[in-house]
Amino acid sequence: MPQVDTILSRSDHIGTIGARSGIQRDTYSITPGLYCVGRPTGDSPVLVTANYKLTFDALRSELGGVDVWILVVDTRGINVWCAAGKGTFSTEEIAYQVRRAGLMEVVNHRELILPQCGAPGVSALNLKTACGFKGTFGPIRATDIKCFLASGKTADEIMRSVTFNLLERAALIPLEIFLLLKPFALTLVCLVLFSGFGPDIYSLDRVLLRGGSIALVTIMSVLAGAVLVALLLPWIPGRQFWLKGLLLGILVAVFTVLRFLPFVGWTAVIGMALWAMSVSSFLAMNFTGSTPYTSLSGVEMEMRKGLAIQIVSALLGLFCWLAGPFFL
Amino acid sequence: MQEFRYIEGAAILKLDKTACIGCGMCEIVCPHRVFKCIENKATIVDYDACMECGACARNCPTGAIFVNPDNGCGCARYILNSWLAKVTGKKPAECGC
Repeated sequence: MPQVDTILSRSDHIGTIGARSGIQRDTYSITPGLYCVGRPTGDSPVLVTANYKLTFDALRSELGGVDVWILVVDTRGINVWCAAGKGTFSTEEIAYQVRRAGLMEVVNHRELILPQCGAPGVSALNLKTACGFKGTFGPIRATDIKCFLASGKTADEIMRSVTFNLLERAALIPLEIFLLLKPFALTLVCLVLFSGFGPDIYSLDRVLLRGGSIALVTIMSVLAGAVLVALLLPWIPGRQFWLKGLLLGILVAVFTVLRFLPFVGWTAVIGMALWAMSVSSFLAMNFTGSTPYTSLSGVEMEMRKGLAIQIVSALLGLFCWLAGPFFL
Repeated sequence: MQEFRYIEGAAILKLDKTACIGCGMCEIVCPHRVFKCIENKATIVDYDACMECGACARNCPTGAIFVNPDNGCGCARYILNSWLAKVTGKKPAECGC
């Protein structure tokens, strides 16, 4: 029986950075099965979790000084909530791991403590019929698990509510940036290459001036849409994400006009402003997937309008920007 | 989570009070505290906080709760991929969530 430490090592912390930044996220999993923390006995509680190592580490690092079993189920290295939504953190999978680990012989009781966020995929009622163990939903966060166990397996309103505070939002930014790197670099190279075209066919001076300015505007729009929207989320007016992003994009657009109008002319500067707004708006809309409060129906609703406006604005913007040198 | 409110009336969530037996499971599992058991019947007390995670419907013993059954995650990339899949006729690409 593998015994796990409740203090994370240096390599665990490095692994966390790898997963959070996206460098090593898709393969960050551990072997499913039964683990023990401290010196658990047949009466010790059994906590169920996913086999994403970031999840497993978050749980075990909160278990210092307690004796419990951890049953890790195979969610293909995905966290509990997302896996529950996708159906891999499921009643059937837990029942399967219970049988595989021979849990009936290990413990005397017939109860599994489930993470509350597993509820979209696990029916506590069906679990009993599937494997003989009754499911009890614990708190949302691993930080509350000790308190939950100490208070006779009860959770208060706060322990049962998700949060999305500044720190939790900031932790998501590295991954957002990492996922953007490739398309961002590709877009930037194309923009700079195309910036040289004009009435005299191609000029390097224009590449420097126009390429440099569109690159700066694009970087600012990405920062606005992917970083600032995440950090300032509750304080940006509006509910729809594409509008929140558009609002910050307008600020970038205003800066663009003030800063670059004397150098590139009206047509190109309007193009850059439109481009900035659509990039920021699109990236903000993409952030919906990282938040714990947007409904699929809501996202679909805002995308119908948002995406259409973003596409039109981006195409029109790029057209104006390319046409700029011909109208100067 | 009161500082985070999403589009009003967008979520698809239905509760059939006549089928409810007041077990309180929906109240336990909801991460946004949408339900409250009042006089042995579940009541929706904060409809617009619903994010359609489906925890309540999955754990309702009598099937009294209906939530948008599309089990994709509530993310723009997933929707974009499923729209693209409709056009190309292929299977939607993973959203990476």
